[in-house]
Amino acid sequence: MGIEGVGARVARKEDKRFITGAGRYVDDMVVPGMKHAAFVRSPHAHAQIKKIDVKKAQAMPGVIGVLTGKELKADGIGNLICGWMIHSKDGSPMKMGAWSPLAFDKVRYVGDAVVIVVAETKGQARDAAEAVEITYKELKAVVDATKALEKGAPQIHPEAENNLIFDWEIGDAKATDAAIKAAVHVTRMKIVNNRLVPNAMEPRAALGHYDKAEDHYTCWTTSQNPHVARLVMSAFYNVAPENKLRVIAPDVGGGFGSKIYIYPEEIVCLWASKKTGVPVKWVADRTESFLSDAHGRDHVSTVEMAFDKNNRITGLKVDTIANLGAYMSLFSSCVPTYLYATLLSGQYDIAAIHANVRTVYTNTAPVDAYRGAGRPEATYLLERTMEAAARELGVSPAELRRKNFITSFPHQTPVIMNYDAGDYGASLDAAMKTSDYAGFAKRKAAAAKKGLLRGIGMSCYIEACGIAPSAAVGSLGAGVGLWESAEVRVNAVGTIEVLTGSHSHGQGHETTFAQLVNERFGVPIDSVSIVHGDTDKVQMGMGTYGSRSGAVGMSAISKALDKVEAKAKKIAAHLLEADEGDIVIENGALKVAGTDKNVPWFQVALAAYTAHNLPAGMEPGLKETAFYDPSNFTFPAGCYICEVEIDPETGTTEIVQFVAADDFGNIINPMIVEGQVHGGIAQGIGQALLEGAHYDASGQLLTASYMDYTMPRAGDLPSFQVSTSNTPCPGNPLGIKGCGEAGAIGSPPAVINAITDAIGVADIAMPASPSTVWAAIRAATK
Amino acid sequence: MSDVSLMVNGRRVSGAAEDRTLLVHFLRENLGLTGTHVGCDTSQCGACVVHVDGKAVKSCSMLAVQASGSTVVTIEGLANGADLHPVQAAFKEHHGLQCGFCTPGMIMTATDMINRHPEGLDEATVRAELEGNICRCTGYHNIVKAILAASKTMAKGAARAKAKQAA
Repeated sequence: MGIEGVGARVARKEDKRFITGAGRYVDDMVVPGMKHAAFVRSPHAHAQIKKIDVKKAQAMPGVIGVLTGKELKADGIGNLICGWMIHSKDGSPMKMGAWSPLAFDKVRYVGDAVVIVVAETKGQARDAAEAVEITYKELKAVVDATKALEKGAPQIHPEAENNLIFDWEIGDAKATDAAIKAAVHVTRMKIVNNRLVPNAMEPRAALGHYDKAEDHYTCWTTSQNPHVARLVMSAFYNVAPENKLRVIAPDVGGGFGSKIYIYPEEIVCLWASKKTGVPVKWVADRTESFLSDAHGRDHVSTVEMAFDKNNRITGLKVDTIANLGAYMSLFSSCVPTYLYATLLSGQYDIAAIHANVRTVYTNTAPVDAYRGAGRPEATYLLERTMEAAARELGVSPAELRRKNFITSFPHQTPVIMNYDAGDYGASLDAAMKTSDYAGFAKRKAAAAKKGLLRGIGMSCYIEACGIAPSAAVGSLGAGVGLWESAEVRVNAVGTIEVLTGSHSHGQGHETTFAQLVNERFGVPIDSVSIVHGDTDKVQMGMGTYGSRSGAVGMSAISKALDKVEAKAKKIAAHLLEADEGDIVIENGALKVAGTDKNVPWFQVALAAYTAHNLPAGMEPGLKETAFYDPSNFTFPAGCYICEVEIDPETGTTEIVQFVAADDFGNIINPMIVEGQVHGGIAQGIGQALLEGAHYDASGQLLTASYMDYTMPRAGDLPSFQVSTSNTPCPGNPLGIKGCGEAGAIGSPPAVINAITDAIGVADIAMPASPSTVWAAIRAATK
Repeated sequence: MSDVSLMVNGRRVSGAAEDRTLLVHFLRENLGLTGTHVGCDTSQCGACVVHVDGKAVKSCSMLAVQASGSTVVTIEGLANGADLHPVQAAFKEHHGLQCGFCTPGMIMTATDMINRHPEGLDEATVRAELEGNICRCTGYHNIVKAILAASKTMAKGAARAKAKQAA
């Protein structure tokens, strides 16, 4: 490792623009002639649209156009789709209800977009939006997934009887039932995973520009995957063919999953730009974001975990109802299935597992992947159940876990996944040591003297990242392949551009990807530029989510670098009159191994482009492309320990210690990895203590601003103690597993295990707010 | 419409703005200073913090006309030419930012916080005083670290300046 190479704690290259206010986000973009859009959204959770009257709005000052869903449909713009097919256990395909980018006959959640208004200024667009008159016939709404399945519940889509989208299963029901029947002990739990709003700090935005002369569209959008956006908008929404549509995702202010999907607004802004003849920009305000961004989680499950006389888990049976909201968002179907139930083996050797998952329409915002996506739900379910089981069995939670750990690899679970490498005992040991687990009893006694209830809880998580082998996901229903692409362009002076299909929206790719190039060729990272986020520059890519940019995105770069290296070595061998096999790259030069004969990197690059003296038959230039398709998922894992102090008078929980011991495989930049873990833990603690999206029975979102939805703030959190003990991933060239989601996956059960330990109750609902904790303490002491 | 005239980042600027125009929109749209961000509509997130007459202010909670006659410093005006302000430098060194969206507001809040605490800062104070700024990426860990480091750097700088003056 050099000072800028793989493993170095390099400060980020991209920071300069962000700390000086020079970042360029979608809302910062200005195009000549650009006008502003506002959407009229449904105030009702479920209603028929009887009439839309736009006359008054059209007459308002500054208004350029007021457009409806009927016009959109007439122009052939298609419905939004879910891109991952799931079949029910009876073989029938999932029931996908129609989702028009602008509703024209029925609205299905509060915030459903109905009309777009384009005006000279944002203020005028909003004023005119208020003047649009829509007559609705209100229908009964249902927001709770369990209730939506009941007979007589409001029917949301004609395609989905009883609001059931699919009824899916995985694993061996018979073997699992038999294990439960034969068990010495069975732990049974009801597990609720609360609905969350991702809340990237940059609200979603879109700027659509139709160029009449070229018959060409450009869309600036807050996307984690601009190429997927272009593909879907071309292939399914009929916005424009791919060669006539450029999608640019410039600086994007956080995503956490919520900016994977293609939403109605970007489609409508592009279409409206053509209709009105002006570039159209829309920027969500925060309440619009709460209403219309895809939400996360919202599972209700029952679980049975069976143990033999040696406290070994013999079976796990899970039944889950997942709320998918009013429409099926782009990847909504895979979250509660292949990203969830396939992780139900956790870190444990379990012979028999069966999970049944029903997904349900409700009159709420669509639900899709949010940081972790399915894996937090699996981890929460398993790790809460393990904790409860340890208490019921009267054994140490740490030792119960250790006894059941998978210890040899590869390990085939009963739910598809084939774990390639890991050392779960090492993470557990590391976390217990750092947290001084053994000294907890003393600390608890000291807290008790102050009148405080102290508790400790752990969570041993596993996740599947590096999503994923294209053939495998294809066989499971994915509509896309999940490879990644890279192009490495060496310039004639030796500087390098790396074009990647990954997209950075906080992850620091401009630094870490450059570190990889530095490691390979010795070129300073300032001489390496990472190009991403523009479909005109990068040919194709699948974007950034599921902690895939290291394991998949960088593997593609590595593969392209291999090709560049091979050609550079051929040129160097020719120039040095040496054998190609003897050339090594050291300190920015290509050398004949074991001699002082060398040619500097930039001279090799120059030679490639002057082409005066190349090996016979070699094409000029030094530029290579690679597509990398992963051979397996990767399996980051770790152990988190949380220690809390609760004031029984107020129910306030203070996190006095939070320890993370992760196994991420090889690490490019430890500083950035730690930052990812910190952020993930904060979101996980947010889920456990503070956050929850609440709809009232009529479908109004009660938590639609930062006045109502509790975001974690600095004062809610401690500093974290994070460390890694890594087993390299054998499945990709760099040995990377991925680190982006671990914190959000592993932390909620650790927090809730600590709280229930502190106050001596079997369970408590998330978010464990002061009032919830206070009520639980009161109920327990009655 | 009203005439708005103010000093921004050392330059006198003026323009006409609708009465309802917020300071943040005047900065972003009239002056093109897009470093100041809008992250919420309820003055909760702090992405829009600027300094007005030397104090940290959420520029979404002030009308442009109210700021007329004031001196405003935005994130674009914090560095001294090519030299980063110590708070900017500390955010970079300690990885106190990820997506960068909350960062301008964080840095402006932190600068004000450090200025108000010449006696120095501790972690509890920093966390308490960050109450008005939300970050979704960093978990605050490295932001707190950066502010504590910048506070020390700035105290040293102030001590050096004082010694120089005395000499």
